[in-house]
Amino acid sequence: MKYSEQWLKEWVPITVSTAELCDQLTNAGLEVDGTEGVAEEFSRVVVARVTAVEPHPNASRLSVCQVDDGAVTSTVVCGAPNVMPGLVSAFARVGAVLPDGTVVGRSELRGVVSEGMLLSTRELGLDADADGILELDADIECGTDLRVALGLDDVVIDIDLTPNRGDALSIRGLAREVGVLNQLPVSAPRIDDVQADTETVFGVEIADYAGCPRYLGRVIEGVDVGRPTPWWMRERLRRCGLRPIDPVVDVTNYVLLELGQPMHAFDLEQLSGGIVVRNGRAGESMTLLDGRDIEVDETVLLITDSDGPVAMAGVMGGERSGVGTETCNVFLECAYFSPTTVARTSRRFDLHTDAAYRYARGVDHQLQAKAMERATRLLVDIAGGRPGPVVEAVSEEDLPVANRVSLRKSRLDLLVGEEIPVEEVARILDRLELTPSCVGEGDDRVWTTTSPSHRFDIAREEDLVEEVLRIHGYNAIESRVPIVPLPLGRARVSELLDARLKDLLVDLGYAEAITYSFIEARIADLLDPGGEPVSVVNPVSSEDAVMRTSLLPGLVTALVNNLSRQAARVRLFETGQCFRKEGDDLQQVTLFGGILFGPRETEGWAHDREPVDFFDVKGDVERMFALGGLSVGYAKASDPVLHPGQSAVVLVEGEPAGRFGRLHPEVETVLELPGGVFVFELEGDAVLARRRRRHGSVSRQPSVRRDLALVVDRAIPAASIESIVRTRLGEILAEFTFFDVYGGEGIDSNKKSVGIGLTFQHRSRTLTDTEIAQHLDDTLLDLTRRLGVRLR
Amino acid sequence: MNVDGIERAALAAVDAATDEQSLDDARVRYLGRRGELTVLLRSLGGMDAAERPAAGARINAAKDRLQGAIERRKGALAAEQLERELAEEAIDVTLPGRSRRGGSLHPITMTFRRIERIFEAAGYDVVSGPEIEDEYHNFEALNIPADHPARAMHDTLYLDNGLLLRTHTSPVQIRTMEARPPPIRVICPGRVYRKDNMDASHSPMFHQVEGLVVDEGIAFADLKGAVVDFVHGFFEQDLGVRFRPSYFPFTEPSAEVDVQCVHCLGDGCQACAQSGWTEVLGCGMVHPNVLANVGIDTERYTGFAFGFGVDRFATLFYEIDDMRALFDNELRFLTQFA
Repeated sequence: MKYSEQWLKEWVPITVSTAELCDQLTNAGLEVDGTEGVAEEFSRVVVARVTAVEPHPNASRLSVCQVDDGAVTSTVVCGAPNVMPGLVSAFARVGAVLPDGTVVGRSELRGVVSEGMLLSTRELGLDADADGILELDADIECGTDLRVALGLDDVVIDIDLTPNRGDALSIRGLAREVGVLNQLPVSAPRIDDVQADTETVFGVEIADYAGCPRYLGRVIEGVDVGRPTPWWMRERLRRCGLRPIDPVVDVTNYVLLELGQPMHAFDLEQLSGGIVVRNGRAGESMTLLDGRDIEVDETVLLITDSDGPVAMAGVMGGERSGVGTETCNVFLECAYFSPTTVARTSRRFDLHTDAAYRYARGVDHQLQAKAMERATRLLVDIAGGRPGPVVEAVSEEDLPVANRVSLRKSRLDLLVGEEIPVEEVARILDRLELTPSCVGEGDDRVWTTTSPSHRFDIAREEDLVEEVLRIHGYNAIESRVPIVPLPLGRARVSELLDARLKDLLVDLGYAEAITYSFIEARIADLLDPGGEPVSVVNPVSSEDAVMRTSLLPGLVTALVNNLSRQAARVRLFETGQCFRKEGDDLQQVTLFGGILFGPRETEGWAHDREPVDFFDVKGDVERMFALGGLSVGYAKASDPVLHPGQSAVVLVEGEPAGRFGRLHPEVETVLELPGGVFVFELEGDAVLARRRRRHGSVSRQPSVRRDLALVVDRAIPAASIESIVRTRLGEILAEFTFFDVYGGEGIDSNKKSVGIGLTFQHRSRTLTDTEIAQHLDDTLLDLTRRLGVRLR
Repeated sequence: MNVDGIERAALAAVDAATDEQSLDDARVRYLGRRGELTVLLRSLGGMDAAERPAAGARINAAKDRLQGAIERRKGALAAEQLERELAEEAIDVTLPGRSRRGGSLHPITMTFRRIERIFEAAGYDVVSGPEIEDEYHNFEALNIPADHPARAMHDTLYLDNGLLLRTHTSPVQIRTMEARPPPIRVICPGRVYRKDNMDASHSPMFHQVEGLVVDEGIAFADLKGAVVDFVHGFFEQDLGVRFRPSYFPFTEPSAEVDVQCVHCLGDGCQACAQSGWTEVLGCGMVHPNVLANVGIDTERYTGFAFGFGVDRFATLFYEIDDMRALFDNELRFLTQFA
């Protein structure tokens, strides 16, 4: 809320500077967002009266006026349509400097010399959309400096209030707080009851006391809504961020700002029967003041008359009963609505009005009568009218009760961590109008407080601790460090830290990406067909409306972004939660994903420019799983988003644990990607699992290496060759390697040549050539029998 | 007998030798089996017996000197040869090396690591939880009932079936307290979501670390100590720290924490809107309703909690001026932080 410092000073005689006041408020939990002067700089502008107006001899749109500025009468040429004899306005004397830097001089306008200038609010930088010259109250003395006359040397303080401090959402509330902080008295303007001039009443009935414990109504007949709201009130509204409209709206807004009580005014002629405050009925609807048609139901509290809804209680009035230029008789509403009722309705219909904002945070439930008198007085003074008696419907037992809360000194000291002197505690509670009573001595001392009706937020001991601490000052408390026992934890071999895995990927040349968890449904479906992603009901943008089931959409999008910025070689990885529906269950799993595109190596004199291929991804995947040391296998994948001939699934201890390979060329085409994008996506559980390693035996016997060049059918997987060799040779085979794979010249087109290197080593003795020759023969025999292998 | 003459000529020949071959030629010519000095020595037999020993000694001394000169020359020639070979093998050492270029960790990850390291060193456990949460753990257990105005502080992204994207990592605090009794000292790092539009300082997805300590005798002063030490530890300097009363439904008393602006150190600059302070963290004493919701005895135990945006700390630490860069994943951005 925006507060005028000048207005505040009427309530509490502050002597501290604005900067100091702002610091005080911020340090007391009322965070000052900023301050702003209410008017820009200008000088030599005074209040003056237009004494005569004549048409300009040479210009139909201009007038020649005589202007009395208290000292002299000057001839002034004016183009404003609202200039007329008797009008009191703002006059820039010759030599005046206006906010935009213009210096007002003696100037000739179509043959008439103008000795100064009558000003509009726009020219003064006060209001951008006002037309015509200023119309000031007639009783301001001519010659008064305009800054003094309008109190323009004021500061607007913008405070960002937390939801628990509804009590401070008014000048009255802020004054109370400032009074406490500065130990100053707070004086409210005198509000007397207004005598009823008529007997006219409009009935009020409450059907839902829980939603509306108190409702006051009053009829004011013969109001002249055409009369202008006085300058001082319009200025205060403007400074506090509200636009002046007409006297009725302005007065209710003024009371809202001054006292914190929202009010509503109805055009009495548009109401029939009497007011009934009740819940909506199924099928009922209404048109609000902003023109919106709203369908209501049983959960919406309404103000109704015999023809149906006239307002959404505490939120917004209805169009039918709104005050307009024709309004003559007014029905004023001043009520206490339950905060949760208003909050629910306001949130549901997305109607965030000043009234709803205050009701939702809580309004002082003892304020309604006073606010009604204040509004009546102001309205009658400004727009005339004959007030009737106030009609009140109330259920005392549904009103909030004054909370009685105890504060134990021992608890206060424990929670704060140091002792605040008891005298200070008592003084703070007292200044906050919490009327503390005290029993006990020393650490057994207990204060019992009764909250005033505006401090409905104080409900328990901790609230009082905060109040005391906040006024005492958070920064006055010495910091200390918790002293705790120091038990030791356990080292965990079974858990591979994801930090280690990330470091590995970084060392392998990947940059870590962080992509959004919500993605486009189209891309989700493309990269995980049939994945059934979870939808966001109210997405930030309609595009990114589903939760990712896979990291690939984010990574692919990141690749596209980088390619569009001319990156030639991209390696990205990401780890994060993905969300999968499994029947009615929602699985939130951590995945590790990566994407590779472009040359294998960064361009350089020492590298060729070969693009990455399947075995680059596979190599990196193998490195990742090598950290855990579990048994890992690979099988051909059948995955709709991957190239059928260049993709594989990872099997950890026989269970699927991820996939990798080239994106399916059709997917690449849809995404307008160049060909040759490789990806991997692994289950976090599997890739982060680790086996405890134990020392085996390291043989010190000499080893012997034998190489075999085999020719096999192209379709035979290398893994089958390795498996047969390992099974045949057992532990005597110390190492196995594929040193060459070749197809082409010299080899049948349906065959390939595979070179395998075998290293033999016995645990405890030297192997003889004869033994090794026998092993090789046996191995070859197996390979030939089972795979049709022959030696090259 | 001209021993001196032969020696002079021989030494000259050794000096003149330019490679192993010519040196060996010189050796053979003077010291070989038919070499001049060898022949001369052999000719001593025909000499007068009285002169023979002295002449023999002179010749032998000359032979020794020549032998020494040959060795030295040999060494010098070998050194020259090696130098030539090394010169031929020389390469341009200023060319870049062959190792594959390393990648980089995301600045958010590095910030998480800095934070976790500080707290783990002090005995805090690092705990995590699901990003899709239910209303109970995200709001109700944290003393934020439905229709509470504080819900407006969290513009929530909702899913079907009463589920939502967690708006803070506080539900992990609840899950931790549900799972283990006090004393509790944990931090909860993770990803959170709010319905915010992306701009230079907001993102609908961001990262938080929250901390929770529940034990006997935990006070506001302990909270201050933990927060101040953390800020100093993270920024590696003793920045000013200011506590302001604030409001969170799950803590009472509650505070916002401002840190002296890391750019201007309090003088006021554009980054801190001339205030000299940067708001970085919210905290407070755990509300008794929250403790009671997880069955902790509120008379025996008290606790503090704090929470802050990791993205904010990352942008401050790495001097990133636009939060959007964090989720753009452009390589030129990412690889700056390696």
